[in-house]
Parts: sequence; structure tokens; C-alpha cells
Amino acid sequence: MEDMPNSPVASDAMQELHMGMGAKGDVDLSRFNPTEFLRNFDYGEVRQEGGRTVREYEITAQDAEIEVAPGVMYPAWTYNGQVPGPTLRATEGDRIRIVFKNRASMPHTMHFHGIHPADMDGMFEIVGVGQEYVYEFDAEPFGSHIYHCHVLPLKEHIARGMYAAFIIDPKEGRPEADEMVMVMNGFDTNFDQSNELYAANTVAFHYARHPIQIKKGELVRIYISNLLEFDFVNSMHIHGNFFDYYPTGTKLEPSEFTDTKIFAQAERGIMEFTYDFPGMFMFHTHISEFTELGWSGFFEVVE
Amino acid sequence: MSRDRRDRQERGAEMERENTPEPPEETTEKGRGPGWVMLGLLPLLGLGVLLALIVVNGAGIGREDVPAVEELTVNRVSLPSEGEFVVNVTNGGPDPVTVEQVTVNEALWNFQFADGDNTIQPRESATVNIPYPWDEGAAYTMGMITNTGVVAAEPEVPLAVLTPEFSGETFARYALIGFYVGVVPVSLGLLWYPFLRRVGTAGMNFVLALTVGLLAYLVLDTLLEATEIAAELPGFLSGIPLVLLVAMLTLLGLLGTERLFRRGREEASRLSTSYRISTGIGLHNLGEGLAIGAAFALGEAALGTFLVIGFTLHNITEGVGIAAPILKERHRPSLGHFAALALIGGGPAILGTWIAGFAYSNLLSAIFLAIGTGAILQVIYEVGKITLKDSARANTPAFSAMNLGGLTVGIVIMYGTGLLVMV
Repeated sequence: MEDMPNSPVASDAMQELHMGMGAKGDVDLSRFNPTEFLRNFDYGEVRQEGGRTVREYEITAQDAEIEVAPGVMYPAWTYNGQVPGPTLRATEGDRIRIVFKNRASMPHTMHFHGIHPADMDGMFEIVGVGQEYVYEFDAEPFGSHIYHCHVLPLKEHIARGMYAAFIIDPKEGRPEADEMVMVMNGFDTNFDQSNELYAANTVAFHYARHPIQIKKGELVRIYISNLLEFDFVNSMHIHGNFFDYYPTGTKLEPSEFTDTKIFAQAERGIMEFTYDFPGMFMFHTHISEFTELGWSGFFEVVE
Repeated sequence: MSRDRRDRQERGAEMERENTPEPPEETTEKGRGPGWVMLGLLPLLGLGVLLALIVVNGAGIGREDVPAVEELTVNRVSLPSEGEFVVNVTNGGPDPVTVEQVTVNEALWNFQFADGDNTIQPRESATVNIPYPWDEGAAYTMGMITNTGVVAAEPEVPLAVLTPEFSGETFARYALIGFYVGVVPVSLGLLWYPFLRRVGTAGMNFVLALTVGLLAYLVLDTLLEATEIAAELPGFLSGIPLVLLVAMLTLLGLLGTERLFRRGREEASRLSTSYRISTGIGLHNLGEGLAIGAAFALGEAALGTFLVIGFTLHNITEGVGIAAPILKERHRPSLGHFAALALIGGGPAILGTWIAGFAYSNLLSAIFLAIGTGAILQVIYEVGKITLKDSARANTPAFSAMNLGGLTVGIVIMYGTGLLVMV
């Protein structure tokens, strides 16, 4: 083995650097753990009303100090105290009811990307501090969607952390898979209208420090969305593999078989892939600047 | 009362004061009893009570909701080895600063505080080691991100080259730079002495006026350099007022001690004036050495032939200026004096390059240059006086064409040759 040309690495320090992607330390995972968030879906409280499935969710707007990189705190505006907010999930045609309470220090709303009446759009019905509002609409169309606050100044309300994924499953469902959510985001920690840190699911380099375990040969499905502010595009690239891509997840046929996909602001979709080789595979935005400022991680493919 | 009477009365009172013993001072000055010390301590006691109350209860004007002021000043960035940046910063703000992440060229990077503590207290300095595979000739900007997400400092490496290590060889090389830009030109300028001794009274007056022009240029150059460095100092040091005050105190101090230079004579010996010009110019050349040494250490200036020639031309006039006051001395000062004058005027350039290369401190540099500013101002005053006196002796007006011409030529020469030596 020693004589094999591809066994050496530059140095232990370089190896360590690449495994840790530069950043120092770790965040307090007891407050928000991106590994748990990754596969966590809020299906709401389900009940039948007049023969229809109704899903009721409770979302509270609140201010929270969140840790966006080891040791670096950010004064966020949040849904339920976390960034991204809870991933809401329903099936096409379900009745969705969201009780929204504003316990933050600013007016906020919930604006869903979907099909709904005007007064459910979270644009004109501003929910003041201490007020409540109930959003109720049908879940349509199926796909990989998002919701965010739409109060002005819009850029700030989004950049501060008021966004999340919103998944509507097709009635017939999708094939069995290891499903996860990645919300690509960034943080302007010094408020100079440009991001200092980037990530998928908030914490810089979290999935590099804590690789995502997936099984060899098992289908992986990622509901991915780009909620970046200040920067116009983001992207997703996986190593050693290609993926089927479903733009906005609104069709059951993939549009593309690729290993890199570019996302504008609010653009989202579904990625599906299966790893045939075990080992450590990197995934990251191919905007290398963001890669090195936090938006990168590893899949650890196990037998 | 008539004027005479008043005069007489005053004279009488004067005589009385002279004849009668001094009245005891009790009427104007109270006795210094044992309680006297306590009276002096009273305000301090009040201050102590106030401080204690503030410490315990707060001043009543504090605001908990105001975020901390996080402000680090970069003192020095060095590249001691391939694959390493070493950054030294001072916390110039009122609150502690905790550095949680460091970026290099917009990439989060590993780092290590030399003392293991990433919290820097106000007025405290800290050294951070950043392992980084830097490439020679490239530029780097770092970012020090605090626990609140503020980018508290952005240390820069304009051009990556190894920072010269302290060794016999680098020490000698820096000395050589200082020698070229300081000692050589000043000595060459002094070599004009025999020539200038023979140019006649009018010519000598012209040279004196030229010296005033030269010094006027140098004082501005030194002061601007000092304020430029002072602006880089952490806020709590009040860099620019410090420079101005040190310059002012130096000037006043030198003016106040002028009598010592005169040693009872009507005016200070002209040789001693030459020594003071030489000292002022020396402090200016220290600043030049600092600038060149720093640029050289940062790899910004390759001290090429062109620059050496430029500095020689620029500083050669300084030798003339040092020689100007002694042109009319009946006896030529000994060669030892000339050697000393050259060394005092040019030698500090060597010192400057050493300081910049091995032990740079913005604070010390600013203070040296401020002293230089004050010293040059004082010699402007002194040489100005000599120029006026010599003009009066020659029966020419103070603002004669000769004097104004000399002054202008001095400034123009310095400005013109200054164009050759931008570092």
C-alpha cells in the first residue's frame, strides 16, 4: 500500500483542515441541532372535519439569540425560536390551519409560497406584537415550497431568520426514501448588508463536523431551498455522484440528471440520489466563497 | 490726589517696606496645622466615596440595552514562516472583545491565541497565530469575528513575503539601507562646506534662507508622518493630540533651554545651532528610516538603485542645511565635528530601519516623530533669527529677494526630490 500513488496526503495539518473545513470549535447543540432538524417534519395536529383531513399547526414568532458558527451569536427573528423555522408538511388537498402568535418585538406575518386566497397571503394582514392570526387554506400544489415573513423591510425580515421549508406531498406519495430538508441560508452578523457566514440549516460547517450518515444503496431525497439574502445565487453540488432534480418538486418526472444545481433567491426543488460507494463524500455550494464561509458538509455513506 | 503726591506716597510706602521687617504672613496664609494634610486629602476622600457608590450602585446613566463596543486595532501582521500569519492586536475600545472565528480572504480559518485566551480586555494586546498556506506575492485580508458577529479587525497583508528574522545578516542589511538613505547623503551635503565658505556673504545668506525652506519642508513632512502613524493607534491613546502635544512641549522645552545653549553669550554658538539642526534632521531621518524599513519588511519596497539615488538627492540638501550656520565661523570646526554632525543627522535613519524591521511600535514611532517635529520647529526659529540678523548686518531687508529666493529654492528642492522617493 505504501508505494501506491494515491495513498499519501499532503500533511496531517492539511488533512485536519479539510476534515474540519477551517472553522474552530462547535456550537451548543442542545439549543439547536441541525442534525436533528435535517429529518424533522412537522405534520401538524391531524383531525378529520367533514370528511377532510385538517392539519393544525402552531407557530410563534419570537426573538432569539442563535449560534450561527461556534461562539458567534446572532440576534435572530424566528419562527418557534429556531432558524430555519419548523418544516411544515402536508399532503396535497389537506386543509391547513396555522395559528400564528406574534410574541416577538416586531410585527410579523407568514407568507406561504402556494395557492391561497388573498387574505391568507401574509402580505396585508400585518400581525402586530402580541396579536394572533389564523392562516387557513388548502395545500396546493404539491412540491418543495417555502414560507417566510413578508413585513417590510422585507430583506431584513427574511435575513434575520424568518423562513422555513413547506412541503406538500403528492396524493399518490413518493417512493420510500431517506428524506431530509436543507435550507440554504446566510447571516449578516455585522449588519453591513452582506453575509459573513453561510450554511445549509444555519450552522456553519455543522455537517462537516457531524457528517450526515446515509446508507449505501438507499434512495436519499433532499427538499432543498435557497433563502439567502444579499447574494443573488446559491448552489448545491454533491461529490462522487449525480442526482435527479425536480424543480420546485411540482412534477413527478425529474427535469435533469446533474451533480450541480444553481438556485436564485427563493428557488427550490427536490434532489434524489443513491450512493453506491461507501465512504466520506463532500456536499457544498459550488460558490466556493460560501463553501469556505460555512456552507459545506459531508455525507458518510455506510454499508 | 495729585500725581506728585501719589508718587511721593508710594515712594514713602516703598521706603517703609524696605525699612520695616516683613510682617508675619499669618494674615494671608493660614498656619499649616496637623489637619493641613487632611484638607488636601478631602477631595480625594470624596472621590473615593463617589467611586465606591458608583461601583456598588452604578452611576444611574448606564444602559444595559446598548451593545458592547468591539474595536480591535491591528499593531502588526508578520509572516515568520511559510504557512503562518501572526497578528498582533490591541483592544482600543471600552469593552472586552472575544474573537470566536477568523477568516482569511473570506474563508473561515483555524487560529490560535498565543496565550490561549480569545478574550481581549480593554487596553490589552494579544497575538493570534493563523496557520495558512500563503503564497509569496499574493495579498490577504483577514477578519476577526467576535461572539456578537462583529468583524472587529481586518488585518491586511498587502504583499505576502517572509518577515525578515532577526539575524546578523538582516541587521547588517537594514543598517546598510539606513546608511544609504541617511549617513551618505548628509555627509555628501556637508562636503559642500569648503565650497560654500567661499561664496561670499550674499551667497551664505542665501544658503541660510535655503535652510529655513528645507526645514519648513521637513517639519511638515515629519508632522504628517507622525499624524499618519498616530491615526493607526488604538483610540484610547488619543494619538493625534499626543503627537501635537509632544511636538509642542519639545518646542517649548527647547526654547526654554535656549539660554543654556547660549552659555551667557549674546547668541548660541553657531556650531551648537548646527548640532541642533542635525538633531532635528536626525529625528526626521529616523522617521524616513521607519517608513523605508517598514516598507522593506512588508516587501512593498525593493530598495532599488533608483530609490537609493532618490534618497541621496533628497537628503543631500540636509547636509547643506546643517553646514549653513557655521559657514561664517572664523575658524573652521574640526573634522571630528563634521563627522559627528553627519552621524547625528544621518545615523538615525539606520536606527529607524532597525526599529521598523525588528521591533516596530506605532506608539514609539509617533512619539519620536513628534519630538522631531518640535525639534525642527525650534531650529527653524533659531536659523530664522540668524538669517534675519545676518541680513540686518548686510543691510538688506528681511524679506529680500535673496532670502525669499533661498527659502523657495529650499522648499522646491525638497519637494522636487521628494517625488523620487515615495515609499
